[in-house]
Amino acid sequence: MTSMKYAAYSSLLLLGLLTLSIMSGVNEYFFFAGFVVLQFVVLATAWNILGGYAGYVNFGVPAFIAVGAYTAVVLFKSISAPLLVQIVGGGILAGALGLGVGLLTLKLRGIFFSIATVAVVFILETLVNNWRYVGGATGLQLTRPADLWFFDSYVRMLFFVMAVLAVFSVTVARYVQDSFLGRGLRAVRDSEEAAECSGVPTLKIKLIACTISGALMGIAGAPMPMYLSYIEPLSTFNLSYSIYALGMPIIGGTSHWIGPVIGALLLATLQQIVTVTVSNELNVLIVGVLLVLFVVIAPEGILGLVKKWKQSSK
Amino acid sequence: METILEVSNVVKQFGGFTALSDVNLRVQQGERLGLIGPNGSGKTTLINCISGAFTDYQGSIRFDGNDISKLKAHERTKRGIARSFQIPRPFSSMSVMENLLVPFAFVGGKDGPVQQKEAMDILQGMGLANKAFVQSNQLSQVELRKMELARAMAAKPKLLISDEAMAGLSGTEVDEVLEILFGLNKLGITIIMIEHIMQAVMKFSQRVVCLDAGKIICEGTPETIVKNPEVQRAYLGD
Amino acid sequence: MFSVDLIFEAVLFGILLGCFYAAVSLGLSVAFGLLDVPYVAHPALLILGSYFTYALCQTGIDPILCGLLLMPVFYLIGIAFYRFYYETFEKRSTDTGVRGLAFFFGMAFIIEVCLILVFGVDQRTVSASYIGSSLEIGDYRLPYRMLVAFVIALSLTFVMTIYFSKTFNGRAIKAVGQDEGALRLMGANPVKIKQLAFGIATAVNGLAGAMLIIVGPVEPAMDRIYIGRTFCVVVLAGLGSMSGTLVAGLVLGIAESIVMMTLGPSWAPAVSFGLLLLMLGARPQGLFGR
Repeated sequence: MTSMKYAAYSSLLLLGLLTLSIMSGVNEYFFFAGFVVLQFVVLATAWNILGGYAGYVNFGVPAFIAVGAYTAVVLFKSISAPLLVQIVGGGILAGALGLGVGLLTLKLRGIFFSIATVAVVFILETLVNNWRYVGGATGLQLTRPADLWFFDSYVRMLFFVMAVLAVFSVTVARYVQDSFLGRGLRAVRDSEEAAECSGVPTLKIKLIACTISGALMGIAGAPMPMYLSYIEPLSTFNLSYSIYALGMPIIGGTSHWIGPVIGALLLATLQQIVTVTVSNELNVLIVGVLLVLFVVIAPEGILGLVKKWKQSSK
Repeated sequence: METILEVSNVVKQFGGFTALSDVNLRVQQGERLGLIGPNGSGKTTLINCISGAFTDYQGSIRFDGNDISKLKAHERTKRGIARSFQIPRPFSSMSVMENLLVPFAFVGGKDGPVQQKEAMDILQGMGLANKAFVQSNQLSQVELRKMELARAMAAKPKLLISDEAMAGLSGTEVDEVLEILFGLNKLGITIIMIEHIMQAVMKFSQRVVCLDAGKIICEGTPETIVKNPEVQRAYLGD
Repeated sequence: MFSVDLIFEAVLFGILLGCFYAAVSLGLSVAFGLLDVPYVAHPALLILGSYFTYALCQTGIDPILCGLLLMPVFYLIGIAFYRFYYETFEKRSTDTGVRGLAFFFGMAFIIEVCLILVFGVDQRTVSASYIGSSLEIGDYRLPYRMLVAFVIALSLTFVMTIYFSKTFNGRAIKAVGQDEGALRLMGANPVKIKQLAFGIATAVNGLAGAMLIIVGPVEPAMDRIYIGRTFCVVVLAGLGSMSGTLVAGLVLGIAESIVMMTLGPSWAPAVSFGLLLLMLGARPQGLFGR
């Protein structure tokens, strides 16, 4: 898809979602659920920049979400920062975390990076549990500011903000994919040794991908405290975020930016249905089973299946 | 002729095991050097030290007049050292063309239509032009070996190290690769060839160096090396 | 600030805890340390072992006996796992990194969620004659259940160390991690050897699961914190070092015990994960690794 077409489609999409958010006939629940679905689009896209393009598996997704969320809380509580500032702040700090973890472990084998990301979740959770300013283990109630811009409800505004963030992150992923960076990351994933000998500065490129990925996960987490009017560690640091952020791109397809979007839209919508009608646990089970199935049988995800189907019908 | 590569007093240890002890080597610009030695003698370790895969060795390595000991592998590639791998390491998710565009992008700085034309020229010279848009995981062994060399060429090297590019190939395939290497040398590229296939080494090299147990045991013309009793002992035992 | 007595008791408890952590990590030391399999599902199987023990215990069998009975079952599970991993990922060796990790991570979640669906999220415990009372030596009280786990752990580590250094199969397992080619030349089949190793690793994990529920209550989500403890021990020891596992376990056990005493139990998870990060940053080859 050319840049012109992409710009056109994404602008149309945003316009459409904006219209939806200011229309009066739409059920409020749509925006509550839609926020979560769009949040997963950001998370899946962010995960894929490091996991799909470079081949480094981040198990510690909640750590980055939490950094985004808690940075937003601190900014809001201390200086009454507006939402945009909270988001930017969350993104910057989460990006810094990505850089830090990368510097520590990206020189080692992939599995050590993955385990280190789990470690970060628990360490940060322990720190937050003992930090009274943000509510510690019991959490913190937050009052939403009165400013709704031109929307009828705060949730509608948050929905549209998340839509913008979703388009933003997909645009970033598309840019990375089509640039030198994407070429280098793919080379690193296929053979790090050969990449290095072909002139690719492998460590630097991995660090860049790690930072971008972390920052995007941070901006996904930053609006959460305002969305819930509440923040607490247990659900924020929930490791289940990882199975979703990992499963969605793998099931959708990791080689192209559209894969995580497909995976996120499908699975997050499924999640909304299953969690409400049956249980949270069943949804995790479904995603887990689908993940294992795809990894074993269809490693290129839905995109790969579509490609094969197209080729066979020629 | 100028010295393009100067390896001085290089020692490389892995824990308690000494892979290279006091290796000294000078390679002239435009030379065709053969590097032989039994398995485990340290040939690939030496190559890894020169290319920068290992940076924790003692001694110094100078390339094109500069000390490159502190440079990482990708920086050395940018300076003009390219290598192929013993077991080919293709970028398997990419086509042959895309494989070549990686060094074009990262060494040369550009991967546009001009570079794509240059890549096609390289592939033509190797007889791989018809496979340019085939995914590299579909190639045969000999095609993979050629792509390894093509990819090294895309980095526009001054020195090319070919690590057992002919292992496991048939007689005619060996000749094909040999012809490619001769052609590259005619363009002015210095070539170090590591090989076990003796006739290839003899045909190709102007000078041969023999390594055994981490030490250079002799060097000279192909004819003198073959007759050297030390070399015979290293390969055949006492 | 803290009395010598308290510190001494913490250290003593830490030693018992540490040996337990070492035993719990032995399986991972083999599967990941020696065989290089990204076995992040190891802690989940540990908890599975605990729950199987719980279920068997309900029929009146002593928990230690349950653990021993589980070993052959887990041995078969281990072989099945490795066989599947090998056929699907290792053999084809394309993009194994991401897929292997994703596979085991997915399996860990599936196991955890199935446990929740079957047993619920509440903690489960088992009872036995040695659970509940303590041995009193002077002013110190050592819970019997910790002593039992300590003895089992020590014996297990001892048996494993002997196995890997003295028996042909054991040495073959150590060798296959380092040089498959040489092993093939010796007439041994590397795949069968790795399979055997994985089976043993999982069998040991089963017994360790029994120990876990003897030592304290278990809940399905515990596999998450045990990712930290087991990987911490394996990394601290150094990949490929069996004997190092015991030392590493002791270091972790004592560190956790002292932190729990000084800062409180909520800081316990940070100890293993923190130590893990420290090792990865400062000395990734561990204390004794290759």
